[in-house]
Amino acid sequence: MKEVFHTDTRSRCYHCGESCEQDPILFDDKDFCCQGCKLVYEILDSNDLCEYYNLEANPGQSQKDSSTSKNRFDYLDDSDIERKLLDFKNDQESHVTFYIPQIHCASCIWLLEKLYQINSAITGSRVDFLRKKVQVKFLHTKLSLRELVRLLSVLGFEPKISLSDMERKAKTPVDRKILTQLAVAGFCFGNMMLFSLPEYFAEVDLLEVGFKRLFDYLNVLLSLPIIFYSASDYYRSAWNAILQRKANMDVPIVLGIFAFFFYSLWEIFAQGNAGYMDSLGGLLFFLLLGKLYQQKTFDTLEFDRDYKAYFPIAVTRLIQDREEVVPLVNLQVGDVVMVRDEELIPADAVLLSDRANIDYSFVTGESIPVPKQKGELIYAGGRQKGDAVLLLIQKVPSQSYLTDLWNNEVFEKSNKRLLEPLANRISGVFTWTVIAIAIAAFGFWIGNDISVAFKAFTTVLIVACPCALSMSTPFTLGNTLRIFGKGKFYLKNASVVELLALADTLVFDKTGTLTDPANASIEYVGESLSAETKSIVKAMVERSTHPLSNRINLWLGKVISAELEQVQEVKGNGIEAIYKNQTVRLGSMSFVGATVDLSSETGNYVFLSVEGVVLGYFHIQSGLREEASAVVQKLSGKYEIHVLSGDRAHEREALGRQLSSDIQFNFDQSPLDKLRYLKVLDGQGQNTIMLGDGLNDAGALQESQVGIAITDRVSHFSPASDAILDATSFGKIPSFLAFAKASRTIIKVSFGLSILYNIIGLSLAVQGLLSPVLCAILMPLSSISVVVFTTLATNFIAVRKGLIQLNRP
Amino acid sequence: MEAIFILIGISLVLAVTFLFLFFKAMKSGQFDDDYTPSIRILFDSQPKKSMKDQPKKSKSYE
Repeated sequence: MKEVFHTDTRSRCYHCGESCEQDPILFDDKDFCCQGCKLVYEILDSNDLCEYYNLEANPGQSQKDSSTSKNRFDYLDDSDIERKLLDFKNDQESHVTFYIPQIHCASCIWLLEKLYQINSAITGSRVDFLRKKVQVKFLHTKLSLRELVRLLSVLGFEPKISLSDMERKAKTPVDRKILTQLAVAGFCFGNMMLFSLPEYFAEVDLLEVGFKRLFDYLNVLLSLPIIFYSASDYYRSAWNAILQRKANMDVPIVLGIFAFFFYSLWEIFAQGNAGYMDSLGGLLFFLLLGKLYQQKTFDTLEFDRDYKAYFPIAVTRLIQDREEVVPLVNLQVGDVVMVRDEELIPADAVLLSDRANIDYSFVTGESIPVPKQKGELIYAGGRQKGDAVLLLIQKVPSQSYLTDLWNNEVFEKSNKRLLEPLANRISGVFTWTVIAIAIAAFGFWIGNDISVAFKAFTTVLIVACPCALSMSTPFTLGNTLRIFGKGKFYLKNASVVELLALADTLVFDKTGTLTDPANASIEYVGESLSAETKSIVKAMVERSTHPLSNRINLWLGKVISAELEQVQEVKGNGIEAIYKNQTVRLGSMSFVGATVDLSSETGNYVFLSVEGVVLGYFHIQSGLREEASAVVQKLSGKYEIHVLSGDRAHEREALGRQLSSDIQFNFDQSPLDKLRYLKVLDGQGQNTIMLGDGLNDAGALQESQVGIAITDRVSHFSPASDAILDATSFGKIPSFLAFAKASRTIIKVSFGLSILYNIIGLSLAVQGLLSPVLCAILMPLSSISVVVFTTLATNFIAVRKGLIQLNRP
Repeated sequence: MEAIFILIGISLVLAVTFLFLFFKAMKSGQFDDDYTPSIRILFDSQPKKSMKDQPKKSKSYE
């Protein structure tokens, strides 16, 4: 048994679980794939923290690729940077919160919360798993911030510190306020119900008169926190609406609250009756509950990222061959910076080294690195793959080609054409109608009986108080948000649902959105490959992690790889292998020494040569997503569809054939062109949805009515947007849009339903016939029936559209 | 029946206490992260201590 276990794990790293390609490093009876992993194990072992390995199998992060440069964190000694990063600091202790994307399992939480065992200067740490954040409290007299980050980095939990961390975000705990208001309302409502209970059985005479009076006064007392605290947001919103000469949903609500409150006060103190304080409490409680339900936020996702979230705080600058780490904000034109493997290009710069290999995947969505030669201009936002390169800065980071987008006025203010929400438009009409009816009823009765006139006036306001009306929107939209979330489509807030429903134009970005890097089309041009050559190529690409190698590997399929004598990968160039004393090269044109004119073509080329003789090349183009043509065809009848692409126009025909004929294609679009294109559509009065994935779509996403960012890893990079869609749910887009429309219909139907209730109630109220008991039964009944209706209807439609599955056996 | 006056007083005091405790819990951030504690509670700190008490069995933990 033990034998089997051992052979099974022999080739796997005990720390990170990766298979050990070369000879594993044996330490303490365990195998490690690299020195880094072994080091982590040693640290944990010496601190008696090996429980880490028992919670999950091979929980660690591979340390192979970890950057080794020691002075990488020197910028953290800068007192200005330190002050901005820390949450709190006194004479002894500092608190800091890090974002650590590597947090992925229970073992991570366990280890990060046991940091105090490794270094006694750390007094405590707390992980927030969903947000992938850890707050560390440490004694800064014994441990500097730089040393702390270094410790985390050695353990494989290098915090991601980006430029946006430098701006202290004003943390406003919004959801805490509404929770407090709800708690107060719930407390008052519950107790009022208790005190009002005898009133419902008034006929039976349960209590003596003394108690009844006491209970009424207690009710008044309990209503005060509701009136003055819980309802305060409604007053504010209604007042703002009135100042703008509009009537939103909150205006009739506030009218109803006041009518309830003052009428009840009059009833209790002047008439000696019970009043309706309990109904008032119930109303506010359910209203706030609906608000909380609608406020469901995906706060583990970030919707408002700008370029600062991608950029590092500091870069390595060279001054007379001396390396120096400087904050990015201090970088100036003419500086020479060094960018290492996997580091980001911080600003537009000219390449000083011979060659570089830049991965622009989160700019354009294309994951294949682009080779650059000495003297070429490199745009900020790319990531260097391979050896360290030197760059001469041409523009300061905030004015680079890409970041220039953020200086556009679109990002200054949200100038989206605000669509009036459905509820607000209806409530405008509603408010004036109700006030008119109330005054008419008052005028009718005033000649006959002044007390009936007042009663009719107030009961009209109370009964018409649109609790049902105002609950239908939050509960429908809140539930829609949840159903979208289950389908991995995350909206920034509930109002996006209505915007989705009203959209008539869809704009797709091509690369990375309609196309999928993993779905490449490969064409081989040249002398036909023998089975032997194929097996050699297979063996070569299997050794490489380059995206193009993976694609060729997929294309070759189940070819059995040959035994190679020697393989060497030259980063940024290709792979060289020796097979039966012949040198085989696979890689870029210059690497194999080919001369083919490809300047008019696009896509990527991988050349193959044996002993210096070029056999041919692979032409690789990223293909469409599997569901892309189905999605576009489903939508093409209902929406106007545009496709924007930064590539050249040669693919137009092929794309048109594959997708749909009535698409408007636009090629050669720069990020700024995309933004302008959306602006033009907007100017024509079209309601646009933009679907994009990279930083180059950021302007267009911002300018459109609804910007949807498509991403493979939801919690990772995505440009600022109104919604984030997981790439695996791309095929569901037509269902999502249809569902957004359906939920708008549901809101309309439930408005109809509650208006029906109101007509019945009002017709009784104007006649002065409404008794307190009837009122107390009608009000909650109408609210609850509307809430039940919207919830059931949204779930029913979601099941029909296949967005949620019923979990019945 | 006068007992009811006292009972009402007690019930209100109790209810206010609970409300106050809820606020305290909320201020301390208990409702900010409702996921991590569900993992944290499963961590076992006992075995490590007991292992220290006992003579160390072996180095390996497999």
